[in-house]
Amino acid sequence: MLFAPELLLLIGSLVLFGVCLGQGNGKLAKNISLALAVALGVLSVVTLQSKGNMFFDAYRIDLFSQIFKLGISLGLVAVLVFGSELKGLNKEMRPEYYLFMILSTLGLVFLVSSVELITMFVALELSSYSLYLMVPMRDDHSGLRVQMEAAIKYVLFGVLSTGTMLYGMSFIFGMTGTTYFDQLVPKMHMLSGSPTAMLAIALFMSGLFYKLAVFPFHFWVPDVYQGASNATTAFIASIPKLGAVAILVRITTLVAPDAGESVVNMLMVLAVCSMFYGNLSALVQTDVKRMLGFSGISHAGFVLLGLLTLKETGFATSMYYIAGYLFMNLACFLVICKVSENGENVKIADLSGLYKRAPLLAFTLLVGMMALAGIPPFVGFMGKFMLLTGALNEGHLSLVILAALNTAIAIYYYLSVVRVAFCSDPEERPDVQVDIMTRLVSISLIAVIIFMGVAPKQLLAIASSAVRSLL
Amino acid sequence: MDFLIMNEGFPLLSTLVFLPLAGAFILLFLPGENTQRIWTTLVTIVTAVLSFPLYSGFDSTTAKYQFGEHMSWIPSLNINYTLGIDGISLLLVLLTTFIMPLCVVGSWTYIQKRVKEFMICLLIMETAMLGVFMALDFVLFYVLWEAMLIPMYLLIGVWGGPRKIYASIKFFLYTLAGSVMLLVAIIALYLHTGTFSIPTMMGQDYSTTMQIWVFLAFFLAFAIKVPMFPFHTWLPAAHVEAPTAGSVILASILLKMGTYGFLRFCLPITPLATLSLGPYILWMSIAAILYGGFTALAQSDMKKLIAYSSVGHMGFVTLGIFFLNQQGLEGAILQMINHGVTTGALFLCVGMMYERTHSREIADHSGIAQNVPIFVSFLTVFSLSSLAFPATNSFVGEFLVLAGAFSENKIIAGAAIPGAILAAAYMMRLLQHVLFRGPGRPDLADLNIREIATLAPLLFFVFWIGLAPEPFLSVLHTSVGYLLQQVDVAQSAHMAAMMLP
Repeated sequence: MLFAPELLLLIGSLVLFGVCLGQGNGKLAKNISLALAVALGVLSVVTLQSKGNMFFDAYRIDLFSQIFKLGISLGLVAVLVFGSELKGLNKEMRPEYYLFMILSTLGLVFLVSSVELITMFVALELSSYSLYLMVPMRDDHSGLRVQMEAAIKYVLFGVLSTGTMLYGMSFIFGMTGTTYFDQLVPKMHMLSGSPTAMLAIALFMSGLFYKLAVFPFHFWVPDVYQGASNATTAFIASIPKLGAVAILVRITTLVAPDAGESVVNMLMVLAVCSMFYGNLSALVQTDVKRMLGFSGISHAGFVLLGLLTLKETGFATSMYYIAGYLFMNLACFLVICKVSENGENVKIADLSGLYKRAPLLAFTLLVGMMALAGIPPFVGFMGKFMLLTGALNEGHLSLVILAALNTAIAIYYYLSVVRVAFCSDPEERPDVQVDIMTRLVSISLIAVIIFMGVAPKQLLAIASSAVRSLL
Repeated sequence: MDFLIMNEGFPLLSTLVFLPLAGAFILLFLPGENTQRIWTTLVTIVTAVLSFPLYSGFDSTTAKYQFGEHMSWIPSLNINYTLGIDGISLLLVLLTTFIMPLCVVGSWTYIQKRVKEFMICLLIMETAMLGVFMALDFVLFYVLWEAMLIPMYLLIGVWGGPRKIYASIKFFLYTLAGSVMLLVAIIALYLHTGTFSIPTMMGQDYSTTMQIWVFLAFFLAFAIKVPMFPFHTWLPAAHVEAPTAGSVILASILLKMGTYGFLRFCLPITPLATLSLGPYILWMSIAAILYGGFTALAQSDMKKLIAYSSVGHMGFVTLGIFFLNQQGLEGAILQMINHGVTTGALFLCVGMMYERTHSREIADHSGIAQNVPIFVSFLTVFSLSSLAFPATNSFVGEFLVLAGAFSENKIIAGAAIPGAILAAAYMMRLLQHVLFRGPGRPDLADLNIREIATLAPLLFFVFWIGLAPEPFLSVLHTSVGYLLQQVDVAQSAHMAAMMLP
């Protein structure tokens, strides 16, 4: 029973593989994937309270892992529903596309449960390699082969960061003689203060920084976001980040709370750089996906604010924030996927007069963008507020002021999207058709974004107790 | 919780806050534009009627917060849902509930497209505004303070005039940029006290340096909202482009939030900083009064004229606040209400004419007195009220402010006097054009019953406050006295600490 979600995905991917072998029925593959995603969600809820170790203690099921699995499944359902038309994708490739999407999800599900370095590595690579393949599957309608460029950049940067991560892991193994997190934590705490240990942790983190798009591992972001098809970008931009934060939280527990000054300083510098780099670059973008890419970099910086407190509440806030980010981001990508007619990229100007062409989408966009900007009563505000409180509690006043300044910078580009959607005339642009399932998803996303923002009590309590099991 | 008199039984404040929101939710499913208008009017009127018991049940002998409600919201950070009102917020709450039905009725024909969305924005605004005046928890306050930006942005950006995009973005960016540091200051105070409860944050012994920084962060946020002189540039743009209801809400209620912020946060939480920085703010107020007056004198657009006159009027309010005496403060609070009534009425007047002539230029309305006598009578009374003519409401407020000012510092008070003359000059100039100049516009129809019904309540309050202000002032005495006492206690404690070797 403990392994049920993973087992389900494994069987599901085998079935999908079977579907791929045949004539390639995209619709069937989509329905199977959707069923898998929903079942994954249900099974994660069922196993939410269960606990147990498996595979010689390399794999752990606990509240922490199951929450992330639930988040992953919810995100996957949303992406599958609003990206169902797969506008930017060749018909013959669709079954394979779904196969890789499920495999990537499987990798992430493995990742959040693994408590052993090699398992973790294998899971991470399973998820990454599937994504590497999904990027170039896009139609080549521009004739410029941007998707190939994006894929190459994605692979090269990915491999590079994997290399540094492995290098970090090798240091950790060399110093402690074990690859199990349970044994690593006390040993690394004893070693804390030694420069090698800090270097090892920093290198280890870099692999996840790549996934989360933290400066200076962000270079792939704008091009991949632009080059990949809209639904693929929606997936890449939101769901793997959950896995990345889960593992970053685990890695950060390796740092002794009282002797982690160098790691904290590193995280602080990276957070500030990410925020400024992301926000300032986003200001001048005209492509919505590219802009969201840069905004994602700045949000990654915010997530680090929670990690660098090295405290249980800080970790819990980071989890809360990334969960909120998942939904806010998905809300924005839902609009992009629907507004894009044939799977082409959406320029900010293409959203003109959206409130006349599709009021619900315009409202979803408004909520998503304002939530990303950190305006209450949405989850983005509550998350930022708690991250800032946590960081200031640790005495990082200048960091908090810089982060607050970034909120003010960021509002400009989020607002300019909203402005185009609400204050401009549609001119010749056609109305946008939205199917009933997408409507449901978009209303649920809005509801979740608002609910998480005004009633974070329960969620924070769950996140805290999940984190407590790690410490 | 000794600062809060809990409300036993019916949770009146929560009802007032959430009724418009619930109304907005039901409005989502109502078809037909007229049904939507009537429903919104109904919701706002019910809210207004429900707010009357606040006044009748208000105990003006205590400075404690009344009708209190308290619930845990986010226990891990000690954030609570705490509501309560004292004499200062009581009048502002009543002003809000009173103005909103007029806004709805006033935009009955003005808004022709997307009526439902417009009304939803108005109702959400009402919820947020009432919440801001009632919140006794800083996070709750901040959430509502910021949440207001989105509906207000849409009000200007979707239903606004030709330069609505520029105006709405400027409004949003200015206000948001101002309040970002407010958030940091709130967190800093929380780390010092361990609570977000506003009354608990008052009267703590923060160091002078910390008070100065916190005060500056507060000041930036509130001064932009007021707006005080160098931070006012968003106001004319937003006022001119906003639809009538938007202008009324902006002028009558949103601007008051800035000065309310000074009263609720700056004075009691950072009294030492208030004392040391107050004189500079007084001079800024003088600058605002004179600048607002001179600029208003040069306008040819009626809405712009009223917008700049607001800068001047709000200068009187801040002047009254930062002299820190009973008369000045009471005058300032009364002036906040007066400005809400008078300027709201003036914006409604301009909006009514705009519906007829599609112009806001003074020149296009020259000599219309012969054609639309009822309208011009209203306009005349509200203009006189705006320039603080005796027997109107603003006279009482400005008189109290100036009386308070002269008792403290004759130079600064004297410097404000030309502002009063300027107010007479620009309002008379407006009236002169509208009443006497030019050929008139025979094609104009005079006000209809709905429009008269919109303006009449405001007219009533102009004279009521002007002739018998006591019912309004009486609820203020204790709260204002307590506020001053808080500042004095901090000052003497600080002096005592300085005396010690």
